[in-house]
Amino acid sequence: MIYVNGDEQPDAATVAALLERLGVGAQARGVAVALDGEVLPRSQWQLAPLAPGTRVEVLGAIQGG
Amino acid sequence: MRFRVAETESEAEAAAKGGDDEFVLAGRTLPSRLLLGSGGFTSFELLARAVEASGAALVTVAMRRIDPQARGSLLDVLEGLGVAVLPNTAGCYTARDAVMTAQLAREALQSDWVKLEVIGDEHTLLPDAPELLIAAEQLVADGFIVLPYTTDDPILARRLEDVGCAAVMPLGSPIGSGMGIGNPYNIALICERAGVPVVLDAGVGTASDAALAMELGCAAVLCASAISRAEDPVAMAEAIASAVHAGRLASLAGRIPRRLYATASSPQAGMPDLG
Repeated sequence: MIYVNGDEQPDAATVAALLERLGVGAQARGVAVALDGEVLPRSQWQLAPLAPGTRVEVLGAIQGG
Repeated sequence: MRFRVAETESEAEAAAKGGDDEFVLAGRTLPSRLLLGSGGFTSFELLARAVEASGAALVTVAMRRIDPQARGSLLDVLEGLGVAVLPNTAGCYTARDAVMTAQLAREALQSDWVKLEVIGDEHTLLPDAPELLIAAEQLVADGFIVLPYTTDDPILARRLEDVGCAAVMPLGSPIGSGMGIGNPYNIALICERAGVPVVLDAGVGTASDAALAMELGCAAVLCASAISRAEDPVAMAEAIASAVHAGRLASLAGRIPRRLYATASSPQAGMPDLG
């Protein structure tokens, strides 16, 4: 299990794979990812392994301010 | 109350002609002194029409967990309008959260500009001064162009400038309150002493508030709720844009001093004897 935006979800091999599953797409513009409270640069999305138990935050731009 | 006076005649003249009165923020020349917050618009279509009516070239966005069910893309809409996006750190209560949010925004939007907000409580949404200063210092060191939302405290504004912020953005009154400029003396003091642009960033309720901000010496006004929550947001966008322009002209033109007693505008000499 991993925790994606606060919800339990099945494991994914990489952030890129997770984003595909979420329907966001690994090429998505305007999206940023943090793993366990640290920003994961876009260049690492394909590469960094996603260990079970990881807290993943997937953020995007919305109306505000 | 002190108001800024024009530094040179040519500056005022240029503004009056709509000419070379450029607004330069962190090295970027912006065509409008009105910045727009994107929050509160009930549709992208309304947001787009308000952006156009406002003339704003810089529009704020917030960073939140993505909603895979969300329809349409805010960024596509803003890109289509040709405006630059300014991410904020709204909702952050600590320097750590604000720095992290800014870093995520940089990653998402490929821009190192950030409207820094670190708030102290949910009822007033007033800035938490110590946390704000810590976050500002860290973000500047990390290469960000930091535009902090701050209180109307001239000393804090100076401290923010000292740590390298590219502007200071004092509130007129609490976010979304529409209460206008509660302490115009402080805003004027901040403007008088600041070496970076001062952008009035919260509290505008209607056009006259924006004009006053500019008359007090602000370089620009950032406005969200006053426009997005107006009965007619597009008309209010146009009204506030006009007010910002008018206030800028008035600031450069140099207003007359306030006096307790009248000063005749018609000459005393040459009065006839009608006795």
